Amino acid sequence: MVASGNAGARLLDFLKPPVAAIQDFYILSGRAVRNLFRGPHYLDDIFLQMDAIGVGSLPIVILTGFFSGFVITMQMSRALAQYGATDQVGQIVAITLVRELGPVLTALLVAGRNASGIASELGSMQVTEQIDAMRALGTDPIQKLVTPRMIATCVMLPLLTIVADFVGLIGGYVIAYFQIGLTTSQYWTNAYQALEYNDIAQGLLKPFVFAFIISLVGCFYGLRTTGGTQGVGLATTKAVVAASVWVFVVTSLLTRIFVNLH
Amino acid sequence: MSDPPRPPGTESLLRFEKVSLRFEEIVGLDNVSFELHAGDTRVVLGAAGSGKTTLLKAAIGLIRPDSGQIFLFGKEITGLKESQLFDLRSGVGVLFQEGGLFDSITVEENVAYPLLNRSKHAASLEEAETKVREALRFVELEQTMEQYPSELSGGMRRRVGIARAVVSEPPLVLYDSPTAGLDPITANTIMALIVKERDSNDTANLIVTQRYQDGQLMANFRYNRSSGHLEPASSNGAGGGLGSNPTRTIFMVMKDGRVVFEGTQHELEATQDDYVQKFVPKHS
Repeated sequence: MVASGNAGARLLDFLKPPVAAIQDFYILSGRAVRNLFRGPHYLDDIFLQMDAIGVGSLPIVILTGFFSGFVITMQMSRALAQYGATDQVGQIVAITLVRELGPVLTALLVAGRNASGIASELGSMQVTEQIDAMRALGTDPIQKLVTPRMIATCVMLPLLTIVADFVGLIGGYVIAYFQIGLTTSQYWTNAYQALEYNDIAQGLLKPFVFAFIISLVGCFYGLRTTGGTQGVGLATTKAVVAASVWVFVVTSLLTRIFVNLH
Repeated sequence: MSDPPRPPGTESLLRFEKVSLRFEEIVGLDNVSFELHAGDTRVVLGAAGSGKTTLLKAAIGLIRPDSGQIFLFGKEITGLKESQLFDLRSGVGVLFQEGGLFDSITVEENVAYPLLNRSKHAASLEEAETKVREALRFVELEQTMEQYPSELSGGMRRRVGIARAVVSEPPLVLYDSPTAGLDPITANTIMALIVKERDSNDTANLIVTQRYQDGQLMANFRYNRSSGHLEPASSNGAGGGLGSNPTRTIFMVMKDGRVVFEGTQHELEATQDDYVQKFVPKHS
């Protein structure tokens, strides 16, 4: 009886921190979203973050998008050649990129670049008491730091995804034209006709949801930082890992929903 | 335990009543009670981890106590929402350890922050600029307005922190280890500024420190507005009453979240408690 009581207590002790963390995350997310409808709104901070997250991530998103289209086309052309259907490669590249790879790869890049940046910036502010100073000086840190980052990521990530999709299609076109020998019109017509509204919808909804995850996870771990510079490093790592894992979990759920809808 | 005498009916700016809080297994504060009135100075001494910074953060609602009550400007704050606390906090200046300056904005923007970001009655840009210039002139750093905090030395950052704490002329100022990690000369400069600020604006001060000398300076010196210099306070004799404590400075020593001593400098120096004596240099 005593042994089972101890085991129960240990289980509770084990579960308490993750449950408390999930609760804290929901509270933070709720307050960040609620601040969308309450003043003051820090427009300068929103534009600053849009520049850092959107414009700052553009080169790497273009590079990655181009090479993913490039690689998919090479791999698919080889597979399609067995069925004599290499002219259909545009269709496969378009669907793969727009539905899945464009949103997920862009989200992973932004998670690596910006969830870490947000966590380390807010973590440094936390350990140097800048967050406390902000509260003491009459500013809500969630209103000033979290909500602008959330808005900026939600605006910029879908835009970055559109860029990545388009550049990926260009990458595919380079291989289709120069290696496979398809004409320009064959590739682009095939790619364009393959896309339906459902594809576009999920291709734009996914980055929007990922943006919430990336920005809020980055802010969450940043604001929970303790233990000096070592703590900042740990918060940064946790933010990137958690954001990346959640991107995969959420894309699986959303894909399941869209597949059922179709 | 001797509180400085004051006119009857004077309401305290800050009052702790049996405040306790824990961080899981660690005791943050244990049954802490004290009062701070306009013009009073309270110097909180204690070893690292004794609850000094926790006390200071609890005073403005940055940390919530588990039990007890905290009254700020006569209002009980323990049950207030964060948004309700913002208005009350605008009447309190705070100097954090290392200054707590925002490193992404300039010194000028840092000092202007309390004026421009108040939830109510935010100052105009022109008004803020004038006050920022005055505050920076007060700490003799007017020339650093365009610089970023990372470009300043530790002592200069602390002085900018003081300018930010006092720019809105709050009646209550809290200082968290204002001289920690500074050389003795810079530390004296910082404390002289705090004395100057107290006597220029008649503010109440709560100073958390590990240096007895900081409290000694607060207790024994006054700022002479006409000469512009610090000078010894009029009386420093033994016994009770305002005459023996002209600067109305009370020392408080903390250990493991508890207040183990509260009294004047004379009482502090006369105490036989081993822990408390550690904070009083033998030669003083």
